[in-house]
Amino acid sequence: MTQRALFKRLAATAGIALVSISAHAAKTELTVYTAIEAEDLKKYAARFNEDNPDIKINWVRDSTGIITAKLLAEKDNPQADVVWGLAATSLMLLKNDGILETYKPNGYDKISPKFKDLYKEPVWVGMDAWMAAICFNTVEAEKLGLPKPTSWQDLTKPVYKDHIIMPNPNSSGTGFLDVSSWLQMFGEDKGWDYMDALHSNVSRYTHSGSKPCKLAASGEIPIGISFAFRAAKSKKQGAPLDIVFPTEGLGWDMEATSIIKGTKKLEAARKLVDWTISKKANEMYSEGYAVVAMPGIAKPIDYFPEDAESLMIDNDFEWSAKNRDAILTQWQTRYDSKSEPK
Amino acid sequence: MHSVTQQSSTIAKEQPWYSAKKYFSHQHQRRSLDEWSLGGILIIGVLALFICVVLPLYSLLSKSVENREGEFIGLANFAKFIDTPSLYSSVSNSLFIALLSMVIVTSLAFLTAYAISRTRIPLKGFFRIVLVLPILAPSLLPAISLVYLFGNQGILKEVLMGESIYGPIGIVIGSCFWTFPHALMIMLTALANTDARLYESAEALGASPMRTFFTVTLPAAKYGIISVAFVVFTLVITDFGVPKVIGGQFNVLATDIYKQVIGQQNFEMGAAVSVILLLPAILTFITDRWLQRRQSALLTSKAVPWTPPVRSIIDKAFFALMILVSSIILGVIAMAIYASLVTFWPYNLSLSFKNYNFDLMDGGGWDSYWNSIQLGLYTAVIGTGFIFFQSYLVAKLAGFKLLKWFFHLFAILPLAVPGLVLGLAYIFFFNAPDNPLNGIYGTMAILVVCTISHFYTVCHLTATTALKQIDPEFESVSASLKVPQILTFWRVSLPVCMPAVLDIASYLFVNAMTTVSAVVFLYSYDTNLASVAVLNMDDAGDIAPAAAMAVMIMLTCMVARLIHWLLGNVVLKHTQHWRTR
Repeated sequence: MTQRALFKRLAATAGIALVSISAHAAKTELTVYTAIEAEDLKKYAARFNEDNPDIKINWVRDSTGIITAKLLAEKDNPQADVVWGLAATSLMLLKNDGILETYKPNGYDKISPKFKDLYKEPVWVGMDAWMAAICFNTVEAEKLGLPKPTSWQDLTKPVYKDHIIMPNPNSSGTGFLDVSSWLQMFGEDKGWDYMDALHSNVSRYTHSGSKPCKLAASGEIPIGISFAFRAAKSKKQGAPLDIVFPTEGLGWDMEATSIIKGTKKLEAARKLVDWTISKKANEMYSEGYAVVAMPGIAKPIDYFPEDAESLMIDNDFEWSAKNRDAILTQWQTRYDSKSEPK
Repeated sequence: MHSVTQQSSTIAKEQPWYSAKKYFSHQHQRRSLDEWSLGGILIIGVLALFICVVLPLYSLLSKSVENREGEFIGLANFAKFIDTPSLYSSVSNSLFIALLSMVIVTSLAFLTAYAISRTRIPLKGFFRIVLVLPILAPSLLPAISLVYLFGNQGILKEVLMGESIYGPIGIVIGSCFWTFPHALMIMLTALANTDARLYESAEALGASPMRTFFTVTLPAAKYGIISVAFVVFTLVITDFGVPKVIGGQFNVLATDIYKQVIGQQNFEMGAAVSVILLLPAILTFITDRWLQRRQSALLTSKAVPWTPPVRSIIDKAFFALMILVSSIILGVIAMAIYASLVTFWPYNLSLSFKNYNFDLMDGGGWDSYWNSIQLGLYTAVIGTGFIFFQSYLVAKLAGFKLLKWFFHLFAILPLAVPGLVLGLAYIFFFNAPDNPLNGIYGTMAILVVCTISHFYTVCHLTATTALKQIDPEFESVSASLKVPQILTFWRVSLPVCMPAVLDIASYLFVNAMTTVSAVVFLYSYDTNLASVAVLNMDDAGDIAPAAAMAVMIMLTCMVARLIHWLLGNVVLKHTQHWRTR
């Protein structure tokens, strides 16, 4: 082998090595915090990668309260690049702490106003709405002789004493949307009166919003206050559940997306947020959620009422976000010390 | 683990650096290069412990007297804690749970240890293995098992006669289950060393068996019993896994910290509650240190081993008790395994591995299991290396008296710090933007560092005790032969201490696999851990998969123990010939 040939070969090898290194390096990794249900994460990342193969998503998934807490804790030293799928009320709270980056994603005009941050320079954008629902275990209810409730007020009837589990609003986004919706629907005083009455029927409060429904699905409790998405999933898995949508109206919250201020991967983060409000993303959300950000995409979901959207209350998110601390403190003083054995 | 607790009781009476100094100081007026380089490593060790234990705790303490904006507010957080009824009631709840568990576990541990060391019941070897099994499982396992046994769909629900398992009953049963082995091991040590001459005298003086029990047996075990009581009390009051899973609405201090930090993003209050939780732990720590000094003074070298007499009624009663306790332990474990295999409790009882499909659940899937194995191995290898070598330096290096004093202090300190408190302290310290080490936040490295620090003390004491059994003459001889001390370490100390090294490694591995408390605040997306996954799956309501993961952890720890046993009894046997004459 002549020296020249050797050199050529070396150069070629180096070239290949370089290309493969740069191909590897081109794959940007984004740390994405989320409260989306764990079983959907792989699907979401895979669909996104169909259009953006060069961005890898590293999920950090936890319940709404934990993700919010984490973001606040890391305020001075942010670890996340993007939040995809966190309650809008939490994002509003984080916005006040100056953690979120303003960004108006491509296609912002195409989504319904309900799902938009109302400020000129938006920091978050909605994806879909998740709404409250009651999981009612028919087998256990029959054993105990419990009638099927149809409204929130029904749940305060003495017959349900110790047969209800609901999420703690301090940690669960679902718990908070319930409490905030009752306060908005019934008015502040009546709302707290309602919760006082409900509290005496509640057997315990759980940390997460999906647990009450899963406990109802496994017969651990006949009635779990949870959310519709979870209820439908559990029913589909064969749990003996009836899903009740209370007649007074349903509390709901948006899952929304935002970029974390100070991310070193702003370009990739923007690409991701653009994608999260695309038609394709909305179609993906609509596989599990009855109400999504882009009008005309939503399709009926199994076990959901057809008029799901009309059941949703006229939710005042600004009010919820602003009063979140006060509501939670009030709730904690009233109910969190259910420490005396009944 | 046996040796760990046994050895820790004898260590305190003599300070390790003292004897070293006694032998060497007059021989070496000037330090050799050898000593300076080893001394340098010791300095690094002291600094490492200072950074990994002392500084984080300082951050925690300062956080507890700050408000959200980071301004100093004195004791306002504590005042607020006392003013908040729901928080304050946790104090009495925690005390109640801890005291009740303490009484139950201490009595049971005493009776079972008595059965093993002072009666002639059969199957002692079997009981010894079964009774310490809970130590191989995360504390969440008994709690989950209780849900299936006594929950609303539990197979033994009627036993509770309408009482709910979600609350104090569940917490106490669960806590007793996982703290029992810790108590048993200390108690076995306390009862192991008895002087037959005392019993002979009692018999000769015509004392009744009852009187002998109260005047000979009990006083000799007195310090062991007090020590067990304190240890159980601290373990229960600082544990957060059991109350989290089965506590229902019964708030305790440990879950309060979690709720304050995770649920309400109130780090300052979390820090304040942590400081309150530190108090019983420190009290226990001081009492335990004091007791161990007293106890070691009781033992004399002239003691004659005692063989229990045949007492058929007593032996039968104790045998029945052992069967009962073992059945409960095996029952709880079996229930967890069964529940993890049932397809859809309680409506589809056919068996399948569906619940082992962790990738569809919260908690990080199978990755979290492999992460835990990784954490266990890193902790065992790095931790054992660091701890053993540093303990060697403290025990065998000449001079550096002040440095060794600090090292010993920092090495003992973690024993007094509950995991939850340490984890929180690590967030405050390592996630501060001006900390040059904040790069390790959210990585496997911080989990390894935190786990080693959390379990440092017992390992340090084990190593020190083992090293003290080696004659210091080895060092002085090698020094006069001009053999570098590091070679003496490699050729003599390390091989001779191999059983202790293995003990430390397996202790670290098992604890890294099962611990939840410290790491729950520190894991990140790619460092999810199996034990935390158990917690998170239970949180999301996926209780059967949580049971499945807990079972995986337990099986892994069993395999680790088996490997430990094989290495210790087969492979390394040749290094231990000198012990037998």
